[in-house]
Amino acid sequence: MAESTLEKPFRIAVASGKGGTGKTTVALNLAAMFGEPVQLADCDVEEPNVNLFLRCDQLTPTEVTMLVPEVDQQRCNGCGACGELCQFRGIVAVGTRALVFPELCHGCGGCALVCPTGAITERPHRIGTISTGQSGAIRLIEGRLEVGVSLVPPVIRAVREQLQDELPAILDAPPGTSCPVVATLRECDYLLLVTDPTPFGLHDLKLAVALARELNLPCGVVVNRAGEDLVGLYGYCRSENLPVLLSLPDDRQIAEITSRGDLLAHALPEYGLMFAELAEKLKQELGAAGGRP
Amino acid sequence: MNTIAFTTAGQELAAALDPRFGRAANFLIYDTTQKSTRIIENQQGRSAAQGAGIQAAETIVRAGVDTLVTGHCGPKAFKVLEAAGVKVFNCNAATVDEALHELLAGRLTAAENSDVEGHW
Repeated sequence: MAESTLEKPFRIAVASGKGGTGKTTVALNLAAMFGEPVQLADCDVEEPNVNLFLRCDQLTPTEVTMLVPEVDQQRCNGCGACGELCQFRGIVAVGTRALVFPELCHGCGGCALVCPTGAITERPHRIGTISTGQSGAIRLIEGRLEVGVSLVPPVIRAVREQLQDELPAILDAPPGTSCPVVATLRECDYLLLVTDPTPFGLHDLKLAVALARELNLPCGVVVNRAGEDLVGLYGYCRSENLPVLLSLPDDRQIAEITSRGDLLAHALPEYGLMFAELAEKLKQELGAAGGRP
Repeated sequence: MNTIAFTTAGQELAAALDPRFGRAANFLIYDTTQKSTRIIENQQGRSAAQGAGIQAAETIVRAGVDTLVTGHCGPKAFKVLEAAGVKVFNCNAATVDEALHELLAGRLTAAENSDVEGHW
């Protein structure tokens, strides 16, 4: 594969705060029009959907595991030290035994450390899978959380570990501004915030901008479904010195193309051009900033 | 069967039986030999983000309860109670008093398994 023309390949996260604003649409079409080989990481591991559009047919999945305790009941004397330590009820001492609830365990390993009789060993417990694939110039990395598991950040970290340093990367973040988003944003160089011009969109954009400031992450805005009432949103962006890098109109065709699982940038060249321009703006912005240290 | 726990939002035998175990407000503990009652608050279980049933089970095990009468009991709580030897009786009586009478009259049978999924 051709090497990146960028001096230092950068990582761009696409996030939003509010759900359903078009993060995946922006991440996908930006990757498709990036103009050079790029990695696209689907970090929305609770419902990964990037490959619905890329349709890489040969995904190679690998397991993501977390260490959970296993108790040798012969050696357990029921002292209760493990249960006292665990704040999540992943291990509970009852009478003369210790019961393990892997679905509540956070994998800290503390119980094995405090056990005075050495009755606790740790074994891998499957919490998700990571798949990689190739679609044209896009290298896809997809994280998928196991059903019934609620620990999202470790699976996102496993996605990030698959990123190659020599290629630029676009990370499609989950909605919200909590731990899974923070896990996605770590070690990124730029945050692209997608919003829609609704009161909810603006409210959650403010939360996402506060998060970006906290993480010291430069950010820009993509406005999706831009209609007539844009005064509040643009006013806010101006007051916060947030560049609006792209504005997508409220166009029925976009919804139709996306609902078919097609790429907007390929189906409608005028939109393709807008994403190619977005890619150029980002390269300039990040080229000037020097990329990842 | 000496120390029986009932789930309730109230404080006395006439109070309603709470069908929930892990997120019940209180456990009314009835001592069959003394014929006395006392209340244990389910503070930890109620406010737990996860594992409410497990915490509630730990609370009543620590209180020396050998019998639990409640509406429903999920799998994790049941596992803890079973390990501690606490018998679980599912009951749809309206009040704690009625549930106590049904239990003492032998009209309830001890559950062999949890009767609902977690987070029912």
